[in-house]
Amino acid sequence: MADTYLQIIFWALFVMMGIAGIRVVTTRNVVHAALYLVATLLGAASIYILLYAEFVAWVQVLVYVGAVVVLMLFGLMLTKAPIGSANFDNNQRLVAAICAGLLFAVSSFIMVRAFEGQEIDFTSTEGTTVQSVGEAIFSIYVLPFEIVSLLLLAALVGAIVISRRDEGEVEG
Amino acid sequence: MPVAYFLVLSAFLFSIGVYGVLARQHAVLVLLSVELMLNAVNINLVAFSAMLGDAGVPGQVFALFVIAVAAAEVGVGLAIVILIYRNRQSVDVEEMSLMKW
Amino acid sequence: MNGLVLAADAIEGVEVTRAGLFPDLMWLVPLLPALSFLAILFFGKKLPGKGHSAGLAAISVAFVLSLAGFIDLVTGAGPVEKHWVWFELDTLELTFGMNYDFLTGLMFVVVTFVSLLVQIYSTGYMHDDERYSWFYAALSLFTASMLLLVIADNLIMMLVGWEGVGVCSYFLIGHYWEEKPNSSAAIKAFITTRIGDVGFMFGIFALFVIAGTFNITEINHLAEEGEIAGTSLTIAALLLFCGAIGKSAQFPLHVWLPDAMAGPTPVSALIHAATMVVAGIYLVARMYPVFEFAGDGIPLEVVGVIAAITMLIAAFLALIQDDIKRVLAYSTISQLAYMFAGLAVGVFTAGIFHLFTHAFFKALLFLGAGSVIHAVHSNNMSDMGGLRKYMPATFKTYIIGSLALAGIFPFAGFFSKDEIIGGALRAGIDGTRSTAWLVFGSALLTAFITALYTARMCIKTFWGEYRGHGEPHESPNSMTSPLWTLAGLTLVVGFLGFPVIGPFKYWIFAEGEVAHGFEPLYNVVLPVVTVGAALFTFFLAYKWFYRDEWKFDFRKSSFGWLYGFAERKYYLDDLYLGGIVKPIQYPLAAAAYWANQHIIDGIVNGTARGTLGAATGTYMADQNVVDFGVNGAAGLTNFSGGLLRYIQSGNVQRYAAVLFAGIAIFVAVFAVA
Repeated sequence: MADTYLQIIFWALFVMMGIAGIRVVTTRNVVHAALYLVATLLGAASIYILLYAEFVAWVQVLVYVGAVVVLMLFGLMLTKAPIGSANFDNNQRLVAAICAGLLFAVSSFIMVRAFEGQEIDFTSTEGTTVQSVGEAIFSIYVLPFEIVSLLLLAALVGAIVISRRDEGEVEG
Repeated sequence: MPVAYFLVLSAFLFSIGVYGVLARQHAVLVLLSVELMLNAVNINLVAFSAMLGDAGVPGQVFALFVIAVAAAEVGVGLAIVILIYRNRQSVDVEEMSLMKW
Repeated sequence: MNGLVLAADAIEGVEVTRAGLFPDLMWLVPLLPALSFLAILFFGKKLPGKGHSAGLAAISVAFVLSLAGFIDLVTGAGPVEKHWVWFELDTLELTFGMNYDFLTGLMFVVVTFVSLLVQIYSTGYMHDDERYSWFYAALSLFTASMLLLVIADNLIMMLVGWEGVGVCSYFLIGHYWEEKPNSSAAIKAFITTRIGDVGFMFGIFALFVIAGTFNITEINHLAEEGEIAGTSLTIAALLLFCGAIGKSAQFPLHVWLPDAMAGPTPVSALIHAATMVVAGIYLVARMYPVFEFAGDGIPLEVVGVIAAITMLIAAFLALIQDDIKRVLAYSTISQLAYMFAGLAVGVFTAGIFHLFTHAFFKALLFLGAGSVIHAVHSNNMSDMGGLRKYMPATFKTYIIGSLALAGIFPFAGFFSKDEIIGGALRAGIDGTRSTAWLVFGSALLTAFITALYTARMCIKTFWGEYRGHGEPHESPNSMTSPLWTLAGLTLVVGFLGFPVIGPFKYWIFAEGEVAHGFEPLYNVVLPVVTVGAALFTFFLAYKWFYRDEWKFDFRKSSFGWLYGFAERKYYLDDLYLGGIVKPIQYPLAAAAYWANQHIIDGIVNGTARGTLGAATGTYMADQNVVDFGVNGAAGLTNFSGGLLRYIQSGNVQRYAAVLFAGIAIFVAVFAVA
């Protein structure tokens, strides 16, 4: 019974995310594209919650929706994004569509074949709590954690260096 | 619930992202498509972690790391786009073809 | 020394009673002059006396050793033979070896002694010569070669010595080569003897084929035993004799010896009187069994005939020469013929004895002539005369030598010459040789003429008025002391061969030679006849040449043509020159020149042109084919690159599209496979 509910929720989310995703790549309004991305990301967060990965879900919302998309909007504004609709598709749409379609077909085929019959058991809720994730990060995966923090530092410095004006002034 | 559903979802989003990367002309829109791809990967990882139950913690940890890296990448990527806009007054990817024959 | 031999007995030699010290060491004797040759050659100018000290030292020691060795042999030490194998093939074996017996020992003494005297003499005669060191080096080498020739125990080694003396003769005759006639004379000597040497070599090979060995003792043994006989042996013997004809200047190869007088007088004394020219006689003596036992004694008959002809024609030519050295040269040819005659008619001992005595008095005469020439600065007797007043020592010694040559008792030549004439008579009477009477007649007549030309020579040189320029004076001691030494020896040495009691016949003899006892015909009558004839000849000469009485101009008489014939040396030289030399020289040389220009140069030029053509062809191939290939490859790369560059669109999305498409395909392939 619970399973059925979960499946309905899943399929609803699937459809929503699917449409939103398609709209991201096909809309003629850049800001609309960013907003459709927000919808997709929120859908992804919902999926995480569905999968008992609350921490990841909220981190996703915090970082992706809160920071990344905002950054994108900033970038659009700073590059004088056209207001209203404009054509943003280049000449190789057909090739891209074929490519994407091919990729979807192959990978989904493989994955369905490989993981056929494997089920997610929603009855156990013990293993993947925030506490266990935190423990894992700071014990087993502490090295990648530190490296990722270094990476963020490098990205920060790099972004500043790249976008600095030649006169040495940083323009925000 | 078969894990395959989530995998198919992830593949679907990924291919949409691929289409966006290849077909979009605006540099920022390309970056948006890349974010879409990364999200699809995250969904995949978390689905596997749920599939593995108690042992699936590494999946979530990995997903967190992917999010962090994605954030960093967006930062740098946008800095580059802004710089290009500053120099060329355009964010049209088609026009960034100096390395052609 | 046995007592009077009254009957005809085979000679026995000296009995071997002990082992001697010196005969084993006789290999040193050729070695010492060879070493001095090398020393003078390399260090000549730095040695004391510019090299003559080394030469004299070596030859003196060699002489002492030779004398010691001979005395050892005479007093009962045995002859020595040794050899060392040099290399062998299947049937051919080449050895170094020495064979020291009486004949060798005697020759050693003669060669080293005369060589020593000549070297002493040369310190005076060649004093101012610019090539003094080389002269002594060549003398040493010559002596070494001659000694090697004599001591050799096999024919190949003898051939080495033979050639060695020929080469040294060439060097020494051509010593004053700045004048063209002198170098021409040296070449003439060398080539003429070479013609004989060809025969000699073929003779050696023939003997090897017949006998299977080069070793002289073995060959002689085989010949005596009769193992090898018949026509082939005769031919081999005659071929060997060809070499002897060349080297010992017999008819018809005698033409080189008079011209060889162009060399310095000491050379003439050494080589052309006492040593090299006797190599031919030594050869016949060594190989005597081959000559004796080859089919019916034909070789010895041939030797006799040649000897008879030679001695007569040479004596005639000696009579009309003006150059004093040429008189002596023709005299030498004549006397050598005497030695061959002795060997031919069967008086082996007499022939070798004449060789022995002739060495002394002819060397004396040559050195004396040298002394005269040195004083007068001319070779011609027409520039001489009355020298007995100016050069007493030379005069006295010269007269002694002349009397020996003419065969007057008791001088050396008397004993040896008379033995030969007697031997010829005996052979004629006994009938042992078919040519004996020819030899006898020729020898007798030649003795007569010998006395005549000898007297003429002495009268023209020492008597009368001096016809030359300047004031001649006696020669220095270095030149007169050898003269006195030789004169003394000439007086004495003849007695070694005194009939019946002389010891010489116990030393040198041929196997089976018979010692004839005291037979009045040969030992009294004949010598009286010959000496009387000689004295009569002196009287004739006195009348003709000194008193100028009875003198008629030969040229104007009915015998004038004979005189002219003789003056041109019987046109023999002209025959050789026109018949042999010129046809070879001109047509052959011209043909060789043509062949060189057209054939050889044609080949060379043709090769050059061919190479050039090949090079040009290679160049064309390189340019058109190879370069085309290389350039074409580059052009193809350029062309394809030009097409492929369009892939680089610069459009990142295009690249990405290709990338993803590739990924998709890869995944599909790997999934399916």
